[in-house]
Amino acid sequence: MMRKIRIALSGNPNSGKTTTFNAITGARQHIANYPGVTVEKKYGSVNHKGYEVEVVDLPGTYSLTAYSLEEIVARNFLVNERPDVVVDIVDASNLDRNLYLAVQFKELGIPLIIALNMVDVAKTRGTKVDEEALSDLFGVPVVPMVARSNKGIQDLLDKIVEVAQEDHEWRPEIITYGNDIDEGLNKIEDVIKKAPTLDKKYPERWLALKCLEGDDQIMELMKGDLESSREIEGIRKRISKHTMNTLEEEPEGIIADHRYGYIAGITKKSVKREIESRLNLSDKVDKVLTNRVIGPVIMLLILYGIYEFTFRISEAPVGWLEVFFGWLKGIVSGLIPDGYLHSLVVSGIIDGVGGVLGFVPLIMFMFFAIAIMEDFGYMARVAYMLDRVLRWFGLHGSSVMALLISGGISGGCAVPGVMATRTLRDPKERIATLLVVPFMNCGAKLPVFGMLIAAFFARDRARMLFVFTILSWSFALFAAKILRSTMLRGPKTPFVMELPPYRVPTIKGLFIHTWERTWQYIKKAGTIILGVSILLWAMMTFPGLSGEERQFYEDQRVENRMSFLTSPDVKGLVQNEKDMKDLEEVLGRYEGSFKDGMENPGSIAESPFWPVAEQIVSLKKSGGRAQGETVLYIPLALAYIDYGEKNGAIGLEEQQAALRGTIAGRIGLLMEGITSTIGFDYRTNIALVGGFLAKEVIVSTLGTAYSLGEVDPEDSIPLSEKLRNEPGWNPLVAFTLILFIMLYVPCFITVISIKRESSWKWACFSIAFNLVMAYLVSLAVYQVGLALGLGT
Amino acid sequence: MKKIIKMREMKENQRGIIKKVSARGNMGRRIREMGLVPDVQIWVQGRAPLKDPVAIKLRDFTLTLRNQEADNILVEVEEPS
Repeated sequence: MMRKIRIALSGNPNSGKTTTFNAITGARQHIANYPGVTVEKKYGSVNHKGYEVEVVDLPGTYSLTAYSLEEIVARNFLVNERPDVVVDIVDASNLDRNLYLAVQFKELGIPLIIALNMVDVAKTRGTKVDEEALSDLFGVPVVPMVARSNKGIQDLLDKIVEVAQEDHEWRPEIITYGNDIDEGLNKIEDVIKKAPTLDKKYPERWLALKCLEGDDQIMELMKGDLESSREIEGIRKRISKHTMNTLEEEPEGIIADHRYGYIAGITKKSVKREIESRLNLSDKVDKVLTNRVIGPVIMLLILYGIYEFTFRISEAPVGWLEVFFGWLKGIVSGLIPDGYLHSLVVSGIIDGVGGVLGFVPLIMFMFFAIAIMEDFGYMARVAYMLDRVLRWFGLHGSSVMALLISGGISGGCAVPGVMATRTLRDPKERIATLLVVPFMNCGAKLPVFGMLIAAFFARDRARMLFVFTILSWSFALFAAKILRSTMLRGPKTPFVMELPPYRVPTIKGLFIHTWERTWQYIKKAGTIILGVSILLWAMMTFPGLSGEERQFYEDQRVENRMSFLTSPDVKGLVQNEKDMKDLEEVLGRYEGSFKDGMENPGSIAESPFWPVAEQIVSLKKSGGRAQGETVLYIPLALAYIDYGEKNGAIGLEEQQAALRGTIAGRIGLLMEGITSTIGFDYRTNIALVGGFLAKEVIVSTLGTAYSLGEVDPEDSIPLSEKLRNEPGWNPLVAFTLILFIMLYVPCFITVISIKRESSWKWACFSIAFNLVMAYLVSLAVYQVGLALGLGT
Repeated sequence: MKKIIKMREMKENQRGIIKKVSARGNMGRRIREMGLVPDVQIWVQGRAPLKDPVAIKLRDFTLTLRNQEADNILVEVEEPS
């Protein structure tokens, strides 16, 4: 049996932690959530020298205090799970600050290895780290490496195995923070040692340190023993008062200063700076990219470029998938006989799931572009440049990330967007961001917008999409401002953010980041969308028409046929029902061979109805006489065409009646009372109800609602063309509908995500708030549009 | 001539040495954790388009913070007399 080693990978954001994780585990990665919170937990494993090394990738943190959720998660994981070794990824080119976290691991006492990453970058910047000296002074093994190019990964694994073979005792390092603090620490430690009820998972000195630092989570924990807690509080106050009097500093400030002092003592002896180069390449790039004047211009160009790139490059693959699903539909249609099962599979499952999967290329390239921006380090610059603007609307520079991922450039997804709000610390700013990210134009809304724009604004597609992107930002910011000055009023939180050095992303990293998010989207198609599609199909199919109603339409059909047969133009040529069947068959064959370009129709050409069929097709096509045919068949052909049209009309009416009678139809009709004020009929309402479950199904539902009644489903014209010719539809209705869809409700899965990130209260509020906002905006636009005479 | 001013008042490209960080609570802790502690050299790398936040270079990295936070940091600078 292979022995197991459990290690935790830790490190500052941008220290190359993820790259190291990818280099160690390769494709063997899994993602889960830490229990109780929504911070992502990535883990993977690798076999090395007869050991199975299980790696958990802790969230990137600067420290181990309770400043952010990530830090608490990282800390709790170490204390509760007690991994065998912690590997702290330390950026050699930014040593001092990176070691700050390492010092805290020493305070905790957990077995530690320092993986000194990016030694190459450090060297080019004139910083040379003497690893041995660093290891001796710091008292932990140090492994130099360059994770990007896989250098040193094997050495690191060797070292992990070596350290893991030692005992796993935690040995908290005693660091001195000056007389006042040290004395306080000793006293608090004594109190904790005497308190039997306190959690023994934590080292006592570390608990004492956190008490002096004023760590909220640990102070709460201390309240488990009220008496000790009060005693500790007393000591804390005394020390604080004393240091304030003598040093004008709070204990936590002094502790941080001493940690940095401790680091400085070590780096002074182990790091050589050969040149004092202040401006490295990354800084020079920043002189341009974050320049006060051209920075914003470049930012807009980049965002617009991403938008162009995504759409251009995904156009072809989206088309291929469309063809593929069309082909699949054809195959399946041939295999399953007409009936409920046929309609369930074709209209329900293939249309629904296919509609979603068809957009995978678009989503994928969008996430790819976002991954490039993130991995390159540009996202942080965007947050930096936009912070002042967003702050005016009550948001935070980091809100940009969530907004962009949700579809700020068009084509993201609100679910990862909602999750991205985790980086925001202040609950009010976070909730405000959460509530407005669904306004962004996510990948699921794009197909609807695309279809409506193609139908009514075909001449300037790109420009219209751009307009809607700008509009969605305006609504989101405006809504945030309203929320932040009413329900979510509160102080603005600090903005302290690192601008990581620009780095060329690794291909592997980009693929992994893109795939993770794309896979979430695909998974959604296979599960939720599949369920929703089936549900919607059922809602749009049942209960259907009663026998009586069906008889009514059947009677009309019989009547139509009788009047055809008895018409003077027909009499004699088509004499009875059997002749009629023959004619229909011949016509079907003729149209079939015509379409397939089959020149040789075979024996069927001998049928007396063959010339009639020829004439009918010719009339339908050009309205003229078929070549070489006598005038004899023209009246008959005309009568037949008339009959066919009437039959089609009856069918359409029947199916419309059937749709109205279904559950979905009744809901849609019920809502018409309200939605008629913004120009939507019951069929649109059905699609909107479906869209609440998943926006992707709006197009297919509209398609089903409007395509019902097609005489020949094989010969379906695109939905956009259909809507353009549909009475009740015009550019104003389309424009209003796009706005409404942009705003109206977060999809079901987003609501669940919002609930997970906040509470049911906010999830429900988000539905109500968005609905009201969407209705009011649509009402204003539609009614003003009508008044201006645009509604034609 | 040496002079102590608030970080907000520093000009672009100006250098200085941190003398005091008076921010308290979570904010104060965060600022210190990021390495803004007394005796550290900094220089102002630039400002965002609307003059806020400010980007400063310290140790080996770039940190951005709002003017509001920069008000709590006192820096010793060389002022031409």
